[in-house]
Amino acid sequence: MSEQTAAAAIDIRATSKIYGVNRATGVVALDEVSLVIEDNEFFTLLGPSGCGKTTLLRLIAGFEQPSQGEILLFGEHLEGLPPFKRPVNTVFQHYALFPHMTVAENISFGLEMLGKKADEIAATVSEVLALVQMEQLADRKTNQLSGGQQQRVALARALAPRPKVLLLDEPLSALDFKLRKEMQVELKRLQNETGITFIFVTHDQEEALTMSDRVAVMRDGLILQVGKPRDIYDHPARRFVADFIGDINILKGKLLSKDGAEASVELDAGYQGKASLPESSENLAEDISIAIRPEQLSLVDDSTAASFSGSIREISYFGSGSDYEVTLSTGEVVTLRLQNRSDVNHAHQVGDRVYLLVAVGSMQILAD
Amino acid sequence: MTKTTDLRYQPGFSLITWFCIAFLYAPIAVLVWFSFNQNRSVTVWTEFSLDWYVKAWHNEGIQNAALVSLEVAVIAMILSTIMATMAALVTTRTAPYRGLNLSVAVINQPLMVPEVVTAVATLIFFAIIKQATGVTGIGYLIAAHTAFCIPFAYMPIRARLEDMDLSLEQAGADLYAPPFKVFRRITLPLMMPGILAGAMLAFIVSLDDVIITLFVAGPGETTLPIYILGQIRRGVTPEINAVSTVFLGISVILVTFIFLFGKGKNLGKQ
Repeated sequence: MSEQTAAAAIDIRATSKIYGVNRATGVVALDEVSLVIEDNEFFTLLGPSGCGKTTLLRLIAGFEQPSQGEILLFGEHLEGLPPFKRPVNTVFQHYALFPHMTVAENISFGLEMLGKKADEIAATVSEVLALVQMEQLADRKTNQLSGGQQQRVALARALAPRPKVLLLDEPLSALDFKLRKEMQVELKRLQNETGITFIFVTHDQEEALTMSDRVAVMRDGLILQVGKPRDIYDHPARRFVADFIGDINILKGKLLSKDGAEASVELDAGYQGKASLPESSENLAEDISIAIRPEQLSLVDDSTAASFSGSIREISYFGSGSDYEVTLSTGEVVTLRLQNRSDVNHAHQVGDRVYLLVAVGSMQILAD
Repeated sequence: MTKTTDLRYQPGFSLITWFCIAFLYAPIAVLVWFSFNQNRSVTVWTEFSLDWYVKAWHNEGIQNAALVSLEVAVIAMILSTIMATMAALVTTRTAPYRGLNLSVAVINQPLMVPEVVTAVATLIFFAIIKQATGVTGIGYLIAAHTAFCIPFAYMPIRARLEDMDLSLEQAGADLYAPPFKVFRRITLPLMMPGILAGAMLAFIVSLDDVIITLFVAGPGETTLPIYILGQIRRGVTPEINAVSTVFLGISVILVTFIFLFGKGKNLGKQ
């Protein structure tokens, strides 16, 4: 019993999924992935299409069986359990609402299948309808609903049986921008209110950063990095993660010395400072790649001891700020992002010689 | 599309259109027209009457033939639709396997084989069985009709299943419905329009059939088309026109239903 209460919501142990006969000739969708998702977490699987994130979700739901490895749900093995015996529910990418049923019938379907009593079902249906603010539409057919409303019904239907884990397969991808923003807030609220563990799959890095407690970045069937959104954004361990999440400059440099989690580095462009080391730093060569976010750079007009120089190649204005592309002495081009505040003079022109400063603690050494 | 490139504004468009319509429907229009002729002639119009319909209704030969046709068509429809439904489920709801395309081809093959070949083959095959077992009866005719109706019933059911979003059934399983419940509560209701369309198609095809019936039907198993064929050999009267017009009416009504059922698209696919 004590082990069960301490168990993680989902414990994925060295799990692989291979489509085809074997590893050599088949397609490896998931390659010995291990991952622990805690109870009551909003956890996001983030990656480009084909990275294995949806496969992982389908393994948890039971629509696919792993080729190797095992998955535990609150300490219990899921192996061999068909989807209808797993206490997890899915919000499908295109909602998959039953077109021949009303909103209320859709939501009560799972409860009926669990053998709940009619009055209990009615109570739960109105409760979850209120939760997603759809009380008035209970008797509508699902094809009379807008995309956002269908989304809410899909959520209500999946939440109604009170699953131990809710799986969301890119549920916001079919919505327009404004509605997507609204639903992001809504999902986060639902997760807080229900206390159910959410596993959310997306290829949208902004979505992942906004909503998640933790994010796993995936590529080619592997998990590259797991961490809080802020850690992943500020300290991407690998070039792919750095590139995939937000905008970033990757500059060449030299490793001078290591000191705990930090190192002294020198950019080839002529700047010395401290940078964070990636988790596995043993194999780092002297030549390294250093990542700096555009907003961590600033411009000064005059040379100081801490600055390095370049010339402005292009300025792109986007309202709240502007991106400056600066060509460095090495030929490398960095982008820096400045806020367009009225109290700051931005009289720079293309071709101007400028000096750059790097915010303290913002440089990250990449593992590859 | 501009006025100059739209096909409807090309020279001769309406001429060709009217020719095609006349080509397709003029004979039928003439047939229907003369079914209301008071005269015995099917070519010379005198005045309107429903006499031939009344006469046909009281004709015992036509009554019997219509009953045989109905019996065969209804039973063949039910049997072929059940088999076609099962075939459609197997060919759309299993993981792709070697020979899947072959299975589909085998199911549809009767559509490609010349009907007279099927007819002769069925005749010989049944003759062997009859000789071996001594069993006779209308069962043979029903079996033959069931067989050639299957591909017709199969097509709309399969089309419906292929249009259906597979994630609907997954959603059912995800919401704790075991496979049989998923079938009964989700797959079956959603494929029902396809099943009804398939059943009606099978019914019409059976009702219409001449060649196979001509070969397989035994004495006392005269269907309506066979009866009409026999009557025409003795000279055409507007009575035949009247029977044919009723037949036509039934077909048009059923085809309209098939069309309407087939249209109810919404299958959750985005």
